[in-house]
Amino acid sequence: MARADRDRSQRPLALVWRRFVLRRLSVVALGALVLIAVLAAAADVVAPYPPGEQHLDDILVGPSGDYLLGTDTLGRDTLSRVLHGGRVSLFVGVSVAVLASVLGTLVGLVAGYRGGRVDAVLMRITDTLLALPGFMVVILLARILGGSVVDVVLVLSALGWMPLARIIRARALALREHDFVRAARAMGAGMSRIMFRHLLPNLVGEITVAVSLAVAGAILAESVLSFLGLGVSQVHAATWGNMLGGNEGFMTTAPWLVWVPGLAIVVTVLSVNYVGDGLRDAFDVKTDVGGAAHGNRHDRAEPQAPAAHEGHASR
Amino acid sequence: MVRYALQRLAAVLSILTLISLFTFWAADSITNPTAQIAVNPRITAADRAAYVESLGLDLPFWQRYFTWLGNFVTGDLGTSLVNNGAEVWPMLRTALANTLVLLVVAVTLSVLVGIGVGALGAVRRGSFVDYAATTTSFFGLSIPVFWAGLMLQLFFGLYLADWLGVTPPLLPTAGLYSPGQVGFDFVDRARHLALPTMALSLQLVAVYSRYMRSSLLDALGAEYVRTAYAKGLSERAVVLRHGVRNALIPVTTQAALDIGLLVGGLIVTEQVFQYPGMGVLFFDALHAGDYAVLLPVVMTVAMAVFVMNFAADLLYGVLDPRIRRGTG
Repeated sequence: MARADRDRSQRPLALVWRRFVLRRLSVVALGALVLIAVLAAAADVVAPYPPGEQHLDDILVGPSGDYLLGTDTLGRDTLSRVLHGGRVSLFVGVSVAVLASVLGTLVGLVAGYRGGRVDAVLMRITDTLLALPGFMVVILLARILGGSVVDVVLVLSALGWMPLARIIRARALALREHDFVRAARAMGAGMSRIMFRHLLPNLVGEITVAVSLAVAGAILAESVLSFLGLGVSQVHAATWGNMLGGNEGFMTTAPWLVWVPGLAIVVTVLSVNYVGDGLRDAFDVKTDVGGAAHGNRHDRAEPQAPAAHEGHASR
Repeated sequence: MVRYALQRLAAVLSILTLISLFTFWAADSITNPTAQIAVNPRITAADRAAYVESLGLDLPFWQRYFTWLGNFVTGDLGTSLVNNGAEVWPMLRTALANTLVLLVVAVTLSVLVGIGVGALGAVRRGSFVDYAATTTSFFGLSIPVFWAGLMLQLFFGLYLADWLGVTPPLLPTAGLYSPGQVGFDFVDRARHLALPTMALSLQLVAVYSRYMRSSLLDALGAEYVRTAYAKGLSERAVVLRHGVRNALIPVTTQAALDIGLLVGGLIVTEQVFQYPGMGVLFFDALHAGDYAVLLPVVMTVAMAVFVMNFAADLLYGVLDPRIRRGTG
């Protein structure tokens, strides 16, 4: 049984990969992402200076031999900070996407498969959270919790799982009427076995696409929070958002301070979006078109809308 | 129907109550609005206590919450806890009006441009125009609005004027009016709206054009379109009357929803451009711990979301005869 399962799941994934590779832009984007991730992970080695190291004789120095991308108001090297900041941004992006997706998948599966009262309660909670003025609640929570990376991840995940829960629920509702589920039930499979061994493999496409787009949404959301001074705000901890937030007052005299972290965000999020787009085609998932940065939409037009979270509200 | 409406109303009211409680608790646990006074050495302890008492801040949490709730329900928004006790209602009214102006201008423009671009992309699918529009919209979705705002400020406030050899800034980069402006001047106001509108529209156009493109593609693939062609209608008539008309439904409903969500979602744009709307009011009140201002702002935004959700439902029913009140 286990062996048959593995064979079945390997072949479609190989197919998905072959289809993904056909899209040149998505492959380039994936390459860019890998490069960014490697650079960020190796920031300690690659970066010329520690991210918090101040060079008080070289405050607001433009790009030069010593400081390739200039320094900020405290004389810290922009290049080093952007590399270290990437670590935080990517970590927040990936962990929020994973946490929110796990939660969304669980809620959606249980609600969709169990139905009845459990479904009603879970969906009531989901809809209530969706009806909140999302970004304001995120700000309030972020303000209460404080400025560590974990706090930001928790806040963004707690309010980011709902769209996927609705998609998964809708698919689970449809899937549970299929013969293979009935057969499994007739063979005596329990609820968790059916949910995780029979329903889940059929939802890999939806979940993968949602995760990839949620990464983009979470990176944007973190940058906005940090820009406002409500995200990661420990002394000398660099994120792309707080590099922008602390320095925008100097942008006319030191434009590199807004160009560098901003471009880092744009290139990363753009790559994530292209990868997500490629995955969507490769998995042949029919989804919402609003895409990455337009979270929390109600899926009126398309019942399966994996909107990434929070991006929407963060204007 | 009546039963459904009542149920929905009850749900909305209970959610609103929960939001108010959460916001009150959040505001209360973050900052003390009398912190400024507490550290001022020239104010005696007795005066301080009297002041705290006059604001009602000496009362326990629940008593303050229910007092606030009672006043709010009866339409009394009270006075700010900071700002020398300014009336909350005029502050809220001005901020809401400012936000709505920016919002309606930006969303209307974005919907129009988005529909045009999206329709063009769908009709000429796979062409250079389609490719360029899709690529641009991907950029639009990937640029954080605050950064777009900062870049616009740099370009219109500095670079462009430099290149053109005129005195910067080309467009005002912050605020609502020029300094010294007295009374209402349409041109001045419009110039101040230009950059925030552009920053917002960048993302909105991207969203709407993608939405329009895909729903027009769906519509053009539908059977009624094939029927229309079979009737011998011209391409133009089919696309406009049967395709675009149907494709507009999701875009317009989405725009309605966005207006509700964005009433509170402009926080970043307003902050970047120092545009005195709901977002700035929210942010300032949050930092001051001024729950008397914070709560009405959050409640207004929450209500806007509900109202526009409801409006979108109605709109959907009006535009799409297939859905006239079945499941909603």
